[in-house]
Amino acid sequence: MSTATVGRRRGREIGTLVAWRLGVAVPVVAVVATAVFLLAAWSPFDPIYQYFGAGVFSAGDAAIANARVQLGLDDSVWSQLGRWAGGLLSGDLGQSLSFRQPVSTVVGQRLPWTLLLVTVGLVVAVVISLVAGVTAAWRQGGWVDRGVTAVGHTLEGLPPFVLALGAIAVFAVAWPVLPVAGLTDAGAAPTVDQVTRHLVLPAVVLGVSQTPWLVLHVRSSLLGALDEDHVTGARARGLPERVVMLRHALPTALLPFVTVLGNRLPELVTGAVLVETVFSWPGIAAAVVTAALSVDFPLLAALTLLTTAAVLLGALLADVAVLVLDPRVSADG
Amino acid sequence: MAELDLRRPVVRAEEPWRPAGRRRPGTLRARATWTGRGRLVAGLVALGLLVAGAVLIPWLGGLDQGAVDYAAVRQPPSLAHPFGTDAVGRDLFLRAFAGLGVSLTVAASCAVISTVIGTLYGAVSGLLGGWPDRLLMRAVDGVNAVPHLLLGIVIVALYRGSVLAVIASIGLTHWTTVARVVRSEVLSLRSRPFVDAAISGGASRRRVLGRHLLPAVVPPAVLSSVLILPHAVWHETALSFLGLGLPPHLASLGNILAEGRQAVLLGSWWIVVFPSVLLAATTLAVAGVAAWWRDRSRPRRRSELAL
Repeated sequence: MSTATVGRRRGREIGTLVAWRLGVAVPVVAVVATAVFLLAAWSPFDPIYQYFGAGVFSAGDAAIANARVQLGLDDSVWSQLGRWAGGLLSGDLGQSLSFRQPVSTVVGQRLPWTLLLVTVGLVVAVVISLVAGVTAAWRQGGWVDRGVTAVGHTLEGLPPFVLALGAIAVFAVAWPVLPVAGLTDAGAAPTVDQVTRHLVLPAVVLGVSQTPWLVLHVRSSLLGALDEDHVTGARARGLPERVVMLRHALPTALLPFVTVLGNRLPELVTGAVLVETVFSWPGIAAAVVTAALSVDFPLLAALTLLTTAAVLLGALLADVAVLVLDPRVSADG
Repeated sequence: MAELDLRRPVVRAEEPWRPAGRRRPGTLRARATWTGRGRLVAGLVALGLLVAGAVLIPWLGGLDQGAVDYAAVRQPPSLAHPFGTDAVGRDLFLRAFAGLGVSLTVAASCAVISTVIGTLYGAVSGLLGGWPDRLLMRAVDGVNAVPHLLLGIVIVALYRGSVLAVIASIGLTHWTTVARVVRSEVLSLRSRPFVDAAISGGASRRRVLGRHLLPAVVPPAVLSSVLILPHAVWHETALSFLGLGLPPHLASLGNILAEGRQAVLLGSWWIVVFPSVLLAATTLAVAGVAAWWRDRSRPRRRSELAL
């Protein structure tokens, strides 16, 4: 088969995969939306308190009844669900009570900062885990390997916020080289310099908190790859060890790593929630906590749906990447 | 005889030839990896000590959850207070171990809920097979697509203010792993010869289920529920840290750590360090026991580990 034919077939496979996954994603997001709404509808929390705030105690019965009718709170759960879903589909995400802004504004303002943090954190995690994982596998059973494995297992047991507190204690309090929290110094404009300085600690903590799993994965999958025939073949041809390791064994080991990376997105989001809260990073993950603390349902629901979509997208991207990188895999949905 | 000299082969100063006997990457023999019983014993002893500490220390020390002592605020570790005191003068030694107990209780309840839901779901899915199985597994994918902590936060935010909400929010989000494990186990068991033998031997459906399938499903189900335990402790801590978990006066690892942010800025490192050490020790102990169990119940995996 010519290269062009293979390329075309590959393109078609990718197209099928994307179409199939999107077809599955739509019902998944719909079910998640319904479930979140029903959770809220059946919860003991009455949205009338959200509407009035503290004013609910001074508002008269007539005003409350009027508001209930206006908000349609006494309609059946299903017609309320339909109204909410209709709003979502037409792009109306509702009004956030805790930020006193439309939900779309809150998300639009905060999403870029979260994307920045998560991207840099992911790069940090990938770099650390590749370097540490390859070094550990290079000398299996050596002291580096045992050190990396032990640290990996210990870090797995520590929540990201403990790491964050430790990092603050060391790099912001004991040896104050980096700012404690926030996006900029108080009152300063968000210039590149300011944001970079404030980004270092959260991004590194987020990256490190994601590392243990990835390091252990790189290590074990590289050890598996070293046993494969093509690696033995490369050695038999007398190639230098560096080439054997990095050009022959590592690419084989990295394919599952890409899939793992794509499927780690939920953990990355979880880490972002905790890290953004500790460092007062003005992203959407911290907004989740704010929304939850004040039972801000429209914002909470929108963020849940957004994250679900992001997780599905991450898994899809990972599978497409594997399909592009590995000529052996054929997509079967 | 200059011509002869010219015809003499030119010998370059080369390195002497050596056999390729250098050590190759990845071929260093693994030293006795810690797969034996030592890991189980270490894990069990550590876990036993932690649980005993969590039960006995608050009881012997006479912990009063509501008591405060403003004369002893933020004291560093000393003989009277081995872990120091917190911002309102409560002894952290007692509170940290009491918190460990609370966290472990919550986590164990979550693990039980997850295991029951997951085992039932997985068994039904695996036994039905065909399109119901595919549908049920798609639903699991759907639950997994929402990050657990986020789903937990949504549940806790809406049903706030009770330990039950926290337990439900963790228990209802972690059954998917158990369901997957049990389903794949049931699927692979269904086609094994001993099941065919039992059926052709005239065993009733109930007997096949109870005597042949269930006992084989129990070990992996128990293993995955044990593995949920540290994860559940982790989640309880995270929820409480965010202020969405257990009521603040109740000593739990998360509630103690929630104070950590202020404490770190004020230099009271002990408020963060000691609860964190307890947390990490618990996770490592459980992981050790679980790893031993996994290697024992899957001999093939043990050989893979020694690669």
